[in-house]
Amino acid sequence: MNTRGLRSQLKDSVPVSGLCPQGQYGIQDSLRSGFTSVKNELLPSHPLELSEKNFQLNQERMNYSTLRNIQGLHAPLKLQMEYRAARQIQRLPFLQSSNLALDTLRGGDESIGFEDILNDPAQSEMMGEPHMMVEYKLGLL
Amino acid sequence: MALSNLLEIPAAGFNFDNATRNAALEGLFEGQKPKPMKTGTTIAGVVFKDGVILAADTRATSGEVVADKMCDKIHYIAPNIYCCGAGTAADTGKTTDLVASNLAIFSLNSGRNPRVIMAVNILQDMLYRYRGQIGANLILGGVDCTGNHLYTVGPYGSVNTMPYLSMGSGDLAALGILEDGFKPNMELEEAKQLVRVAIHAGIMSDLGSGHNIDICVITRQGVDHNRPYQESEYKDNRKVNYRYRPGTTTILTEKVVPLKLELVQETVQQMETA
Repeated sequence: MNTRGLRSQLKDSVPVSGLCPQGQYGIQDSLRSGFTSVKNELLPSHPLELSEKNFQLNQERMNYSTLRNIQGLHAPLKLQMEYRAARQIQRLPFLQSSNLALDTLRGGDESIGFEDILNDPAQSEMMGEPHMMVEYKLGLL
Repeated sequence: MALSNLLEIPAAGFNFDNATRNAALEGLFEGQKPKPMKTGTTIAGVVFKDGVILAADTRATSGEVVADKMCDKIHYIAPNIYCCGAGTAADTGKTTDLVASNLAIFSLNSGRNPRVIMAVNILQDMLYRYRGQIGANLILGGVDCTGNHLYTVGPYGSVNTMPYLSMGSGDLAALGILEDGFKPNMELEEAKQLVRVAIHAGIMSDLGSGHNIDICVITRQGVDHNRPYQESEYKDNRKVNYRYRPGTTTILTEKVVPLKLELVQETVQQMETA
């Protein structure tokens, strides 16, 4: 696939820390992802990969800037304050949170999209290491 | 980062992990790559005096093979809104399901009947977001408080509204008939006849369309979904029976080994039938 045109997407969207190798501990998993190649780490292999990664962020930025233009600076500031407060409602260190409050503020309780059907984080089969994660969160590490 | 003390659950939604793998496998299949099921199709819609008629053929192809002879291309979106889908069968089915769910949530939340323009807007946003990678060419028709509506949405999110529309690989054949025969404010029978002939033209002239014609008549009073409205003239005339009689294959030897099982533990759980 010709990936030349995809570089322009890189510079316009919110910067993301690159596409690191998908294996454990940052090492390339040759069996699942094939051999390492510099091109694969810098450019996305699917045209939608970058735009999907940044979609939520870009939508929010657009909405905040429109709101600021219509109602003044106070409107996005208040909203962002609420979002920050909702983002802090989490469970104990190792457990994943459903972010229900944040989701509701964003309007996720009234719509269904592909995020609700595909790749549900509640069904994810990945697990971290509980003790390491708790120590890291509490700053003991 | 893939450190063991920072767990990053992959984001919900589409997962692009296999894209690199597919790119690497690109040249290796030499024509035997599995082909998605497409509904290379003829779908048409017409607005008449009391409502909207949607019609579709019933063939679904996978490459050069007919995958489904009785494919249902007229999808339900709301009690007063239906949608014909052409393009990749899975994409049309899934997107129409999503739109139907969103409209159902909306009508439960607000207590109002959904309008056709809502479905069109949701579809437009969704399809544009995925830049045409979702191959869904849809014709939406419905009757709501603002009148009778017929819209078409393309895979990139382009929207068009006309009193008569057709999409799919047989759209040009059907459009010719519609252009010739359409009159504003037609009666029900006249309109049914028009779409029937239009889809028939698509079936005859296009290899991707075939078999039966389904129609769906939507009016203020209700919906009439006829499947099939007209059966295909070319029935399957199989001359040979392909089922094998029991005993066709001769048994050469037979060996029976009984499994010796012993009862290890027995528990009895009383069911509460109170």
